[in-house]
Amino acid sequence: MQAQSFTVSVYTENNIGLLNRVTSIFLKRHINIESLTVSESEISHVHRFTIVVNTTEEQIQKIVLQLEKQVEVVRAYYHKVDEIIFQEIAMYKISTEHLYSSKLQQLFKKHAAQMVEIEPDFVVIEKAGTYEDTKALYEALVPYGLMQFVRSGRIAVTRPKMLISEILKQ
Amino acid sequence: MEKTLEKNIAQTADVATQISGSEALMRCLIAENVKIIYGYPGGAIMPIYDELYKFKEDIHHVLTRHEQGAIHAAQGFARVRNEVGVVFATSGPGATNLVTGIADAQIDSTPLVCITGQVPSHLLGSDAFQETDIISISTPVTKWNHQITKASEIPEVIAKAFYIARSGRPGPVLIDITKDAQFGLTDFTYHKCTAVRSYKPVPKTDPQTLESAAELINQAQKPLIVFGQGTILGNAEEALKHFVEKTGIPAAWTILGLSALPTNHPLNVGMVGMHGNYAPNMLTNQCDLLIAIGMRFDDRVTGNLNTYAKQAKIIHFEIDPAEVNKNVKVDVAVMGNVKHTLKDILPLVNSNSHTDWLAEFKKLDAIELEKVIEQDLHPKGAGLSMGEVIYNINQETDGDAVIVTDVGQHQMVACRYAKFSKSRSNITSGGLGTMGFALPAAIGAKMGAPDREVIAIIGDGGYQMTIQELGTIFQTRAAVKIVVLNNDFLGMVRQWQQLFFDKRYSSTELINPDFVTIAKGYHIPAKKVSERGDLRAAIQEMLETDGPYFLEVVVQKEDNVFPMIPSGASVSDIRLS
Repeated sequence: MQAQSFTVSVYTENNIGLLNRVTSIFLKRHINIESLTVSESEISHVHRFTIVVNTTEEQIQKIVLQLEKQVEVVRAYYHKVDEIIFQEIAMYKISTEHLYSSKLQQLFKKHAAQMVEIEPDFVVIEKAGTYEDTKALYEALVPYGLMQFVRSGRIAVTRPKMLISEILKQ
Repeated sequence: MEKTLEKNIAQTADVATQISGSEALMRCLIAENVKIIYGYPGGAIMPIYDELYKFKEDIHHVLTRHEQGAIHAAQGFARVRNEVGVVFATSGPGATNLVTGIADAQIDSTPLVCITGQVPSHLLGSDAFQETDIISISTPVTKWNHQITKASEIPEVIAKAFYIARSGRPGPVLIDITKDAQFGLTDFTYHKCTAVRSYKPVPKTDPQTLESAAELINQAQKPLIVFGQGTILGNAEEALKHFVEKTGIPAAWTILGLSALPTNHPLNVGMVGMHGNYAPNMLTNQCDLLIAIGMRFDDRVTGNLNTYAKQAKIIHFEIDPAEVNKNVKVDVAVMGNVKHTLKDILPLVNSNSHTDWLAEFKKLDAIELEKVIEQDLHPKGAGLSMGEVIYNINQETDGDAVIVTDVGQHQMVACRYAKFSKSRSNITSGGLGTMGFALPAAIGAKMGAPDREVIAIIGDGGYQMTIQELGTIFQTRAAVKIVVLNNDFLGMVRQWQQLFFDKRYSSTELINPDFVTIAKGYHIPAKKVSERGDLRAAIQEMLETDGPYFLEVVVQKEDNVFPMIPSGASVSDIRLS
């Protein structure tokens, strides 16, 4: 079975220590986590982990069951890329020196990048999109002296329903 | 028991004034009907021990000689008695010394609540004296864990800990309590926990799966049952017996399933796995239906998965959804407590007697008897065999004893040959294979079943891993009968070295002390036997002695355990020599 990218959504109680418990399930199987984001979910007091890993479908099925087995995990799901709408956000800090060059302005437009802050010495740009999108802007900005770059983990909503409220009501 | 519990709760529920966290803990334990705790004090848990002193009429504390001894004792107690075992340890090394036992309890699904002391909350993260992050350390080996930093959290968290430890597939829970939370004041009301919203201990049974399973069972010509500890944990022994007897299906067991069905039951066809019996292993690869009941297809059971029961349909009766299709793909999974699912399927299955199929087991049994068992139980050579020791114990106890084993050759021999008439009588470290388990586990088992004979059978290697617990036996006078089968080797590793590493006996030979003198140092009556003629009388003397007894039996140095499925081989490649 071929390894592929899976996005795992884990709905949990908001308890200290749970991050360790969730990640240790991947560690135990020697699976590298490509990205991990923890945030509130649509239900108050329920947190949502969004975890991206490369592995086989057979392995991810077992991992989801192991995740669900944890006492404070409400439910876990895995999805393939075509089952989710996802974004990552990247921030770029560049020197103000080239800010008013028309090339750079065109670049921002082309990549639909937003300016977050302008300071005398530097300017901060943000861009949301896929890994490829943010990577493309990264490549384009390198010649202008990229001072800092950071990309968030993936966040995703799924096309299929997940019905967490119903599960919690049961 | 229920009445006392209600009374205790009534007594403890209405405490008008504030009490300390430590006192709250004691009241929680009383409400949970805890009568015995295994532990070891230290700085960060002193307020709790101080409170224990005040409650010593209600709760008995067993001071072991090492925290590992405490947790294995609690495991032995929990397993023999079907209750949650409770352990106390201090922070730092006290807590880390529990880790082996916690991992053992996790993999063997033993219900435990471990309470560890922790440095005061204002010192957390400061590398304070005896500070260790036991929550992080224990996370992968606990069913649940939690750190308490305020006294007010104690009642709710402890209630949850007991509920989680014992419900569904049981397991160990660790609660770490900072010293300030032990001293701090809190109101106290105790409500037993009956549900946790994100936790579903027993999955719903889909009636369709029962019907599909029954259909496969009714069609099968050569069905084989393999039952595991789920039958014991689910209190499903009667349900299993009825199911086996109605369907007439031969039933084999995993090492942790042993004693769920009496060993002399006509449909009990023995042990599966690496050192299991010849017939059930061979016929795993000839059956047309494999019915797995409360077992998890451990690699020591299945051997090579690519050649495991490929010809058979597989039904899995299981409580833990994560175990289904984990190692072996199954055709029908019947989820739920096996006590209920086996009862529910009973009206759907036909009465049968698989006479021809059973005859095939008998044929292979005869081969094993001739080639292996006869020599093991009635050897002709000068040296004593491990098998004949177990045989003689069987003769004297009639299968009524609780047998506690450690890990290695003696364990396999004991599990192969010990006779059992009652459930919860085989206490061993199965999944984790923890040497040093047996001696302390036997202490807990004896305290959990004081009216039963508890015999610890231990190798000379494992015995020395927790030999300090002789001190606990001396102090408590726990009437444990200790049988050390001494071959001056780490026998199982030596066997593998002989068979697979060209007899390079790398670090497996032990130069042993005088075990009898050591036992006598603890004022435990002791004897050493090395002649066949003395064996039976020594076992009799051991069993007739009131209180603990130590018996060393010098056995043949280089005996091997057979049958054997070499690691990674197929179950049907089982070797008889």
